[in-house]
Amino acid sequence: MSVEVQPASPDQQLPAAPPSQLSRRRGRSNWLGFVVPPFLVFLAFLGLWYFVSYGLLTADRRFLVPPPHAVVQVAFLDTVNLAELLDALWLSTKVAMVGLGIAIVLGTALAILMSQARWIERSIWPYAVVLQCVPILAIVPVIGFWFEFGFRSRVIVCVIIALFPMIANTLFGLQSVDAGHHDLFTLHGASRLTRLRKLQFPAALPAVFVGLRTSAGLAVIGAIVGDFFFKQGEPGVGILIDLYRARLQTEQMFGALILASLLGVVAFWIFGYLSRLVVGGWHESAGGAASG
Amino acid sequence: MNVPAEPAVVPNGQAPTLAFAGVGKTFADGTVALSDVDLTVAPGEFVTIVGPSGCGKSTLLRIASGLTRLSGGSMRVNSGKVGYVFQDATLLPWRTVQGNVELLSELHKLPRADRRRRADEAIKLVGLSEFAGHRPRALSGGMRMRVSLARSLTLDPELFLFDEPFGALDELSRERLNDELQQLFVSQRFAALFVTHSVTEAVYLSTRVVVMSGRPGRIRADFEVPFDYPRLPQLRFEDRFSQIAGRVSRCLRGTDV
Repeated sequence: MSVEVQPASPDQQLPAAPPSQLSRRRGRSNWLGFVVPPFLVFLAFLGLWYFVSYGLLTADRRFLVPPPHAVVQVAFLDTVNLAELLDALWLSTKVAMVGLGIAIVLGTALAILMSQARWIERSIWPYAVVLQCVPILAIVPVIGFWFEFGFRSRVIVCVIIALFPMIANTLFGLQSVDAGHHDLFTLHGASRLTRLRKLQFPAALPAVFVGLRTSAGLAVIGAIVGDFFFKQGEPGVGILIDLYRARLQTEQMFGALILASLLGVVAFWIFGYLSRLVVGGWHESAGGAASG
Repeated sequence: MNVPAEPAVVPNGQAPTLAFAGVGKTFADGTVALSDVDLTVAPGEFVTIVGPSGCGKSTLLRIASGLTRLSGGSMRVNSGKVGYVFQDATLLPWRTVQGNVELLSELHKLPRADRRRRADEAIKLVGLSEFAGHRPRALSGGMRMRVSLARSLTLDPELFLFDEPFGALDELSRERLNDELQQLFVSQRFAALFVTHSVTEAVYLSTRVVVMSGRPGRIRADFEVPFDYPRLPQLRFEDRFSQIAGRVSRCLRGTDV
């Protein structure tokens, strides 16, 4: 079978279709191929859950892994229980959002500062690393001691946990501009601020979004973990989980776990979407690759 | 209309656009990149430097542009704006062609309407008007280099510095861009200092070809290329062209010591 190919005019390059269009076109035509496999896996997961619940556990120990329908019934369909869960979820969401917001602003500011001179970077870096490594369990009592056990303390714990990726990724992005581009700006007398605004910061965006995604996930974890360790104040998801555990109310505990995970997934998804929106047009990392 | 090639010494005594006198460059680690380089580029001259790898050609360009400081000797630049074209197109991937071409005018704080106008003209000159809204990733290597050229043109430079701009391109694109550059040279008549490895490219484009010796770099020879502009692609296959190219080549080989 022979195929005739018309050569494009040698100088003209067919403008590449924006890759997002390619995957959209693909998605529409194989909608089923797109949705069915994950759905089947989900069914398999449910099947496994039921198996563990009914197949592996005897009736008196079934509370360890309550079957899915029991979880839904007790945790989500009961209005009182649901209200309790949603209130706690909302509180944890607020903590995570405020914590993430502060972490973004602080992390970016520190990264910009550190990118200005090696000695600044070397001076601040150790503290950033300590932030990353210090065990939260050790800090929490101190923070509770200083800042009491309310919203503010939870936000502080959240910021501590979520800050490092913002600093590290933003700094990396700011520093990965190649010498040729820097030369170009030097040749035309760009000030430090101009260089930052027009060259370094846009160039850093792909890395910044990686940091954002990571920090968002950590902020959710931080909100819940902080809550869990504080054990006092208005209950967020962390306290509820601990409470249900103590009372052996495992259906509600599973319900809380599911909601907490969903919060993390939503955070992850939001920043993935933002990333594609902002950076997707020009950088391969943010879903710009036409790999469906 | 044939434009005669400018002679090396401008009879009316106009100041050279670029003049190196005894220029030397030693790097911090002790490498002597350049030693006692004397070179002049008169207004409207197209001078190409050929030389073995590492002979300091790029260093000379960087000194001319101000990116690197010379260690010895002196240099004079009599030019309003200087255009610099790197081997890599160095486009900003997040900007469109239009945005990239406007960049330099932005850095020089020109008013918006002015920036727009210059960019539009430059993009038209390099034949990329249809692609003004595209991002670099959608362009071929040759097209990106044209954007880089257009960008430099927006400042109306009197002196152009080219650092092996077509080195990364395939043969065909290279020849096509040689012709386009030549047309720009004829219409804008800037002074140019061009660095390349290709003797053919050097002889085809220039009014003068200068051969540089290996490290430490110094000027070995200076060849006039007396062909009129605009030069046609067939010129490359004519005897008079091969003669000069041959002499340059032999001189170049002789410096591989």
